[in-house]
Order: sequence, then structure tokens, then C-alpha cells
Amino acid sequence: MSLVTIHGLSKIFQRDSQPITVFDGLDLEFAQGSFTALMGPSGSGKSTLLNLVAGLDRPTSGTVSVGDAEVSAMSPGALAVWRARHVGFVFQSYNLLPVLTAFQNVELPLLLTRLSKAERRDHVVTALGVVGLTDRAEHFPRQLSGGQEQRAAIARAIVSDPTIILLDEPTGQLDAKSAAEILELLQRLNREHHKTIIMVTHDPHAAQAAGTVLHLDKGVLTA
Amino acid sequence: MKYFPLVWANLTRHKRRTVLTTLSVALALFLFASLRSVVTTLRAGAEVGSESRMIVQSAKAIVFFLPMNYRERLLAVPGVKAVTWADWFGGVYQDPKNFFASFAADAESYLDMYRTDFTLPADQRAAFIQERTACIVGQHLLEKYGWHLGQNVTLQGTIFQGDWTLTIRGVYHATTPAFSEDALMFHYEMVYERYPRWVQPGWYVLELTNPSLAPQVAAAIDSEFKNSSDPTKTGTERAFNAGFVTMWGNVSFLMNTIGMAVVFAILLVAANSMMLSARERTNEVGVLKTVGFGDRLLFGLVMAEAGTIALMGAVLGLGGAKLLYPAIHFSAMGFLPGFAVTAGTLALGFAIAVALALASGLVPAWNAARLSAVQALRHVE
Repeated sequence: MSLVTIHGLSKIFQRDSQPITVFDGLDLEFAQGSFTALMGPSGSGKSTLLNLVAGLDRPTSGTVSVGDAEVSAMSPGALAVWRARHVGFVFQSYNLLPVLTAFQNVELPLLLTRLSKAERRDHVVTALGVVGLTDRAEHFPRQLSGGQEQRAAIARAIVSDPTIILLDEPTGQLDAKSAAEILELLQRLNREHHKTIIMVTHDPHAAQAAGTVLHLDKGVLTA
Repeated sequence: MKYFPLVWANLTRHKRRTVLTTLSVALALFLFASLRSVVTTLRAGAEVGSESRMIVQSAKAIVFFLPMNYRERLLAVPGVKAVTWADWFGGVYQDPKNFFASFAADAESYLDMYRTDFTLPADQRAAFIQERTACIVGQHLLEKYGWHLGQNVTLQGTIFQGDWTLTIRGVYHATTPAFSEDALMFHYEMVYERYPRWVQPGWYVLELTNPSLAPQVAAAIDSEFKNSSDPTKTGTERAFNAGFVTMWGNVSFLMNTIGMAVVFAILLVAANSMMLSARERTNEVGVLKTVGFGDRLLFGLVMAEAGTIALMGAVLGLGGAKLLYPAIHFSAMGFLPGFAVTAGTLALGFAIAVALALASGLVPAWNAARLSAVQALRHVE
């Protein structure tokens, strides 16, 4: 069953009054519970596609739907609410807030819910436990290794039990050992927790962790 | 409240910057409260003067004397119940910086005239009146210089040259805020005896039988002396006090202008600091938007940061001014008796703090809200 449906997607950026077409009528589906790797050269539209699915950017035309929600038609306010509930996003550069501890960083999405403080604490402890960072809860990002920071970022992405997890080069800044740990964690989230995952990567080894690998080139699926 | 740790964490990200910004806001509001309190204290002083007392001064200027024989003629004016007089002495104690209000007055009639404005024990009053070289001082002045009853103090005259040694025989307590406890009063005769050809009363104080007679009494007196070599200017004590305020020039305008200029300068500092802080965190705005923080919430969080700085500055600056001046018994050497930061000044100060928060937080808050997540995240790259 399809969770993400992209239909007739066009995205044109304006750079110095020059139109740059990234997608021109792209049709694509991601199945519920799938783990998909999106590969392709720089500028192929991988991250743009991820942003469009997350509702961080808007298509020039066409539709992007996640579940019952037509993301491309939502207002900015509704998108923020929807994102908080349905999307977990992981960046290449972790993007943890440096002034907050790992615990507080993971708690951020839960601040947008009506959960009590105790309930939020339980959720955060669970998420940190899933990524194996329970003992680092009170550490600030600068006190964590790159792999630990990325695991904290993944905990932040899963803490509100989102519908879909989107990752943009999650192993791009990690050494081989840390990257392997992150990929194993993602596989576990997909296999044991049935999370739908879309991961953008340049790394063929990382892509092998996914069940499906899609190649994009100049906004067109090539395989 | 659940967002406060996030607000606080951002405020403490650059502790030194936050502390300096807060202190600059506190200093601005402290100065504002202080300058405005000068205005309100002067106004209060002008308003609390008695309506049943009148002041007769030289029509030429207050620095000119009036003849001693005016006393009898003033007493003869219908509606005048009692008359006393005084001279501004203007001495210093040991050092020119130890300057306070000092008067040479006709002791007994002066004490009678101001019997409702301060209290002086009967034995001290009697001792003061009996002794030509005695003086009385306000309680606060006594405490300030560590004096005690019976002590000799020597003033250096600035108008009436020479050393003037006086014995403290009484200590008075003001019963109205506008009556200064930072003053010293001694016998007019002492000055007169040393400068008999020069010294005469600086001003007369009249007590009326009925305050409603003030206009007629003033008109009668000024008419009586109109064609003399020493014409008079007569008015109620309240009007006299108000006249002192105008002697300071447009003090209200000056103080308010300086106060506002200070606040505006600090506003620019605070706004610059807030914008710098927000610009440094553009990528984090993108992260928060990706997590699901809405535009309004982000707007509110940035405004809350500005508000917290302004509130802390207001509490420090306005609270400091409110507590400091009573603690040190500040009265500007007796020229601003009853100096206090009023509730109105505090309210205005807090209103300025709110305006400061709005003005300094609005631009960075608006920028944080209007920026798209992708734009904000790209800012990092």
C-alpha cells in the first residue's frame, strides 16, 4: 500500500531570474513500511524531493500526498502542525541545538503536543533507549561524538512516533563504524517498528541497507 | 512555561552578551527613573507648600535683601497674622563638597511659623532660642555627618565670608515629605552682627488669618511697596516653591529629553544585540520549523527572549532606583526633600521596558517567522 504519492510533480527554482527546472512531471510512490534509498549526483533533486515530501518546500505544480494528507495543498500553519505529528527529519549535519542537552533536543517535537512533562520524559527516555543513548541524555551536543549526535538526531526524529522518517545524507559526516551503526539502527526501526523511511545518500554502501534503491538524475528516475 | 527552558537556553548561549544587554537596559531605566524623579519631586514640592503662608521677596530678584522695617508694615496689612524672615546662608562644612541648605532666620518666629512642618522637643527649642550661637539641624543631616547634640560645627561662609562656629542645640524631624531634613538653621542676629551694614532679610514669610485672603493680601503688599526703592513680589508659599522649579529652567523638558535620549540609545543597543543573536541562529530556526514549530510560535519565542531581557533590566533598573534612594536618604543636599521614585514613574518605566522589548524583538521575531525552513537551513550551507 502506498504511503507517499507524488503525481505530476514539477519544481522550478528561479536563480538570478533564470528558471532552473528540477522536476518536470515526476510520478512516484513510496510504500507503507518501506525503506527506500534515493541516490543520484549532486543537483539531481534528491534533497528537493525530500523537502517536498516533508512539506518544507512547495511544488511549482503537481501534488504530494502522505497518507490522507495532500501536503502540497496545506497552508503554512497546517503544514507545521502536520510535520510535528507525521514527519521525523534527520539532517546530514545533525542540527542539534547546541544550547540544549541530548534529552532536551529529543524532547523538542513533544513540546508541540499536549503531553504532560512526565509523559514527555517517558517518550524521550524510550527514544534515547532505542538509539542507545540513555547514558548520554544530559550531555550537550559538543560532548557527543558525531555518531552519538546523529543517533540523538534520530531519536528526535522518532520520539513523536511519526508516520515517515526522512533522512538527508545521515551518514555523510560519519566514519565507517558510526555509519554502520546508524544504518543498522535505521534497519531496525524499519524492520521492528515498521517505520517508512526515505533516505537520501551518495554512499552505495549506505544505500545497500535500504530495501529499495531509486536513482535520480536531473529530476528523472533512472532505475 | 514548557518553552521557557528553550528561551532561557538561548539567552544563556552568550552569557556575557546577555548580561551586558540586560545591564544596559537596567542602567537606562535607572537613569530614566532618577531623572524623572527629579521632575516629580520638584513638582511635588511645589504642590505641597502651604496655601496659608505667603512669601514676600524682592521684586528685583530673590538675591536682593528687603528692609528690616518692612516687618512692622507687613504685620499691619489686614489678613496677616504673623511674620518671620530668613536669609540663605550657603555655607559649607569642612570641604566645599559638604554643601547643604543652611538658613539664618529669626529663630522664635520661624519655629512658630513652621510648627506644623517639623517637630522639635521643647527643651531643645528653648536651648536654641536662648543661645545666640546655637543652631538646629535635621535628623538626616545629623546622621550624615555623625554629629551629636552639643557639638560645635564650623561652617565656612560662601556668601557671608569667614568661619561660623555653631553649637547644635536641637534636632528636628520633618512631618511632611517636602520639608528637608538635610538643612541647618541658626540665628539671623549672628549674621547681622557681623555684617550690620549689609545684611537684611532675604525674604519674609507671612501667616494668614484665612487662606482665601491671599490674593488681596498679595495685592495690598505689592501695592504698598510698589514705589519704594525695594518693591516686593508676594505670593503663596506654594507659588513660591513652584517659582523655584521654574528657576531651574525648563527642568522638566530637559530631564525628560535626556531620559528619552538615554532610553532610545539603549534601545538601539538592545535591538542590535537581539538581531545579532537571532541572525546567528537562522539555521536553528530552520531546524525548529522542520521539527514542526510554527511561525507564530517562533515569533513568540524570539519576542519572549526580548521580553525577558527587558523585564530583567526593568526589575534591576527600576527596582534599584526605588530601593537605592531611600536607603541612602538621597535629597540632593537638601534641595530635593522627599526625593522618591513614584509609582507613576515605575509604571512608566515598565511601559518603556515593554516598548523596548517590542521594538528590539519585533524585527528578529518577524524575520524568524517569515523565513521558510528551506531558506533558513540553506543559510547554514
